Amino acid sequence: MAILEVRNLSKKFDDVQVLKDISFDVNKGEVIAIIGPSGSGKSTLLRCINQFEKADGGEITVCDMDMLVKDSKDRTVFSDAKTLRDIRLKIGLVFQNFNLFPHMTVLGNIIEAPVKVLKTPKAEAVEKAMELLKKMGLSEKANAYPYELSGGQQQRVSIARALALNPEILFFDEPTSALDPELTGQVLKVIKELAEEKMTMVIVTHEMAFARDVADIVVFMDGGYIVEMGTPEKVFGNTENERTKQFLSRYNNDVMSADE
Amino acid sequence: MTSEEIRKVTGLLLEHLLPTLKVFGFTLLFSVPLGMIVALLKMCKFKPISWLTNVYILIMRGTPLMLQIILVRYLVPMLRINENTPEWLRNILLEINIAGDNYLFNMIIVAFVFNYAAYFAEIFRGGIESIPKGQYEAAYALSMTKTQTFFRIVLPQVIKRIVPASANEVITLVKDTSLANVVAYAEITLVANQQMQYYSSITPLVIAGVFYFVMSFVLTVLFALIEKKLNYYR
Ligand SMILES: Nc1ncnc2c1ncn2[C@@H]1O[C@H](COP(=O)(O)OP(=O)(O)OP(=O)(O)O)[C@@H](O)[C@H]1O
Ligand SMILES: [Mg+2]
Repeated sequence: MAILEVRNLSKKFDDVQVLKDISFDVNKGEVIAIIGPSGSGKSTLLRCINQFEKADGGEITVCDMDMLVKDSKDRTVFSDAKTLRDIRLKIGLVFQNFNLFPHMTVLGNIIEAPVKVLKTPKAEAVEKAMELLKKMGLSEKANAYPYELSGGQQQRVSIARALALNPEILFFDEPTSALDPELTGQVLKVIKELAEEKMTMVIVTHEMAFARDVADIVVFMDGGYIVEMGTPEKVFGNTENERTKQFLSRYNNDVMSADE
Repeated sequence: MTSEEIRKVTGLLLEHLLPTLKVFGFTLLFSVPLGMIVALLKMCKFKPISWLTNVYILIMRGTPLMLQIILVRYLVPMLRINENTPEWLRNILLEINIAGDNYLFNMIIVAFVFNYAAYFAEIFRGGIESIPKGQYEAAYALSMTKTQTFFRIVLPQVIKRIVPASANEVITLVKDTSLANVVAYAEITLVANQQMQYYSSITPLVIAGVFYFVMSFVLTVLFALIEKKLNYYR
């Protein structure tokens, strides 16, 4: 069952075509990793699906609800506000910079949306939040403020915060790029556990080893196009595509030189 | 001055503390909400409105408050006797009762409120604009409404950020109330000035100074407490 269907999505900023003819599906329980050079449109793709940006053309369907579709005259039209909101509730998003609310405790951050948006009774929301924190290995930090946490801990809180709304699909935009290497591992471990629990996820990442490890499908983007899409074995192992080869080899070189 | 005279002057000044506090209180009461509105108008996406608001702020902050008080105080009387004033306007102006203390007080408040609203507006706008975009995006990703985002996420952080600058403004206002003496409003400074001349002694001025100092000091301590209270997060 497809949780997310994207068809021929396009997006322009001023005169620059940032996304061109993007099509892919995400099925329930699948993990998709999106890789590609800087400026290739990965964040923009996530931002279009999460309704931060308005796509210009194409179709997006989330959990069988149309977000934007082509009408009979081939014009792209967005659904009504109610549907768009229902769709947003099905989608979770984890940011590169965590974006926790600094004036709320860890617990406050996590229960804010369930209580205010879903109108979950507070006691119930707290119970769920504590479960999530336990899963993230942060039970003892429930009453801490974000500034008291390391980046890796903050990112795990922000994952818990997104999960508290029971999303059908969770998006990550470079969840470890703002972290020191030694903190990256904690966050990747949590994401991997979610993958094992069959959480549907789309992860933009520069961590190639991680993508190879957890993803069911790897999407390589360049210049606003999906250049290649396939299993990690195919994309990382024996790609035929010159552009992918070039990107991965440069990437490997960077990693090697960074290791030295 | 004899200690008896000093006691008398102190009592007199104490009586005139009320007019001073009235200017202070009413100015705060109206200029803070007006400042909020002005801040929102300046951030308005419709350019002519934000531009006009900016002109207002520039004028208020670019000219002396004392000048503004005099202007507001004498605006109606002067327009009434000006021969270029159109007849219909003169008729309206003639309706206004410009005699009496109420009119004087109201005009002083008008001048103070419009002046302080401009300063508060800039503080509020700076505070709102200093909230990172990521906070709005996180709230949006969590499906919070615009109202929830403003009151639950943005406003609490704005308040913390604007407390120090607002404290400055409020403490300045205590001392600025003395400017009302320029239109013969009987507040502490005016009375102290009269008493100085009556007794040929600067002691009344010193006593008035102590009054202002105590008020500023109390406010300073109060705001320090508020700041401390808001310091539970960074
Ligand atoms: N709001 C915007 N206005 C104008 N141009 C934009 C905007 N957002 C992104 N772009 C441009 O769109 C292109 C794609 O940007 P995007 O952030 O999607 O790339 P990315 O693949 O996420 O890169 P990175 O790996 O550096 O995060 C870039 O050329 C960028 O400059
Ligand atoms: Mg990006």
